[in-house]
Amino acid sequence: MRHQLDFEKPIIELRRKLDELKKHPDAHALGLNLEVEIEQIEKRLEETRCQVYSELTAWQRVQIARHPKRPFVLDYIRGAFTGFVELHGDRLFADDRAMVGGFAQLNGHRVMVIGTQKGRDTKENILRNFGSAHPEGYRKALRLMRLADKFGLPIITLIDTAGAYPGIGAEERHIAEAIAVNLREMMLLEVPIIAAVVGEGGSGGALGIGVADRVLILENAYYSVISPEGCASILWKDRAATAKAAEALKITAKELKAFGLVDAVVPEPLGGAHNDPADAVALLKVQLLIHLDELQKLSSGDRLRMRYQKFRAFGLFQENNAPGSEVAQPEAAPTPAQPA
Amino acid sequence: MATTPFIKKTLGLETAEPAVTPPPHNNAEKVLKKPKLAGGRKRDIPEGLWNKCPKCSTLLYDKDLDANRKVCIRCGYHFPISARERINSLVETCSFEEMDANMTSVDALQFTGVTSYSNKLESYQKSTGLKDAVITGIGRLADYRLALGVMDFSFLGGSMGSVVGEKLTRLIEAATDKGLPLVIISTSGGARMYEGMFSLMQMAKTSGALAYHARKKLPYVSVLTHPTTAGVMASYASLGDLIIAEPGAMIGFAGPRVIKDTTQAELPPGFQTAEFLLDHGLIDMIVPRNEMKAVLCNVLDYLGVDRKRLAALG
Repeated sequence: MRHQLDFEKPIIELRRKLDELKKHPDAHALGLNLEVEIEQIEKRLEETRCQVYSELTAWQRVQIARHPKRPFVLDYIRGAFTGFVELHGDRLFADDRAMVGGFAQLNGHRVMVIGTQKGRDTKENILRNFGSAHPEGYRKALRLMRLADKFGLPIITLIDTAGAYPGIGAEERHIAEAIAVNLREMMLLEVPIIAAVVGEGGSGGALGIGVADRVLILENAYYSVISPEGCASILWKDRAATAKAAEALKITAKELKAFGLVDAVVPEPLGGAHNDPADAVALLKVQLLIHLDELQKLSSGDRLRMRYQKFRAFGLFQENNAPGSEVAQPEAAPTPAQPA
Repeated sequence: MATTPFIKKTLGLETAEPAVTPPPHNNAEKVLKKPKLAGGRKRDIPEGLWNKCPKCSTLLYDKDLDANRKVCIRCGYHFPISARERINSLVETCSFEEMDANMTSVDALQFTGVTSYSNKLESYQKSTGLKDAVITGIGRLADYRLALGVMDFSFLGGSMGSVVGEKLTRLIEAATDKGLPLVIISTSGGARMYEGMFSLMQMAKTSGALAYHARKKLPYVSVLTHPTTAGVMASYASLGDLIIAEPGAMIGFAGPRVIKDTTQAELPPGFQTAEFLLDHGLIDMIVPRNEMKAVLCNVLDYLGVDRKRLAALG
């Protein structure tokens, strides 16, 4: 069967049984009534689903976030937005197809929507570079964001990337600089910005379009400083420790929300977005609209101040001024307010 | 002279280094006790002996090497240098006021790896005498009063966690408030894994602070030293009005092994070195360590820094 995840096996097994019973060729002919059995299995299926999906480990969620049937960024753009007008190119080097963007409407709001796009098949994945953008992608994103800023269009970024592309050309054209500039410039854009991690939030490649007034994350998406595989091979010297690394890095939506590192968790249909893509798109749309409405009520000065303060407060450390007195100071110390 | 009142208690491994800058290098030998490499490089070799240059294999006497700011006298190879030594090589005597000297990391994630993060921190604090991977403060470089942040690779690979991000952000904010030029000397393997997403967010935090510093038209010079990569390179290290690199420094986003594994391609010669990046247009100039101070002074002149006003302030 296509793309089944290990932990989904009991569910798939029950589904198979259910299908068999329903389609049993002798059932009608012999006048057998299988309704009781069907009902029992349906009940068990529902229970198993609830059980499996409510106790997902970090690594299982990463697998869901990477599920090839999961809606990708263009699915969200086509499903939740209307009238998408795609814009191309960074005006410097190329058009990076791993980063898409353009004008669109969200329930009548004219916005700029930008995101990293993965491919469904080999051909599309080559075009999209598996969702990993080159420097051109980040520069194209910034060009579109500046355009939006100039004409007062709110910006919505949708993030689904394993990370920025680690390649020779990417280094030669300074991918680190492209990301860094985005981090700096996004802090000063006067229009509302919402970022939503819809699948993989792979490190700097995700953050490169992720500096926003509101950062949302889908229930089964993850956002991490390093891939669980990378962490496992560096710290454990063992790729087999990937699940452990995923756990240790605290990368799930729920954990990030608990730390205050994201603003909201967007619910997914039971079993993950790949089980009901249309529903997943609708659920994200609802959240985007809520946050967009809230942000549009604020003045741009307030938004800028709050955006800065939000990122400013991230960090856990302690300051022991007298040796021995271990006073934990979870949030950042008082900081001079930045004029907007 | 300047050393005694400020001696920190260290762990018997090395003489404490002064919190305030000792005299510059030319009379350093007379006044200073020999500073030591913060890392473990020399620990196996008896004191006061010889170092072999990894590039030209010349044997270099410790004192000569220190006097030359850890640059090989024969071939110009730049040995690693600690943050304290680097600060001493740049700012004027006793002019450096360190900020947030006692800020330390906490194990926010309760990171359960092969060893715990807390143990790791403790052992690095012992071996380096540092609290974390950056020293920040305000000091004077010739006539310029400036905000200076210097990273130290010997502390957990110069990785950026909450402390590095917070100390640099406070430094940048102080520079913004006081209208000071900013110099950050980077060396880092990137964001610190043990602090997970808190580390990644330091990239946005520091870059955001730089946005406001830039908006006040204040100069920022980023100096890249061996090695500067990943999360640090993808944030403040790339954002200088000027980007200066030390010769031979390895600079990049992804590690060469990762790139090789991903692309299955041969890497071009000199890939990700300072010289390669000069050719590819990222950095403004390559400056040897011994000329760094003079070059910084010279360029700050062009970056709208009013020498007299700052001297008066200082």
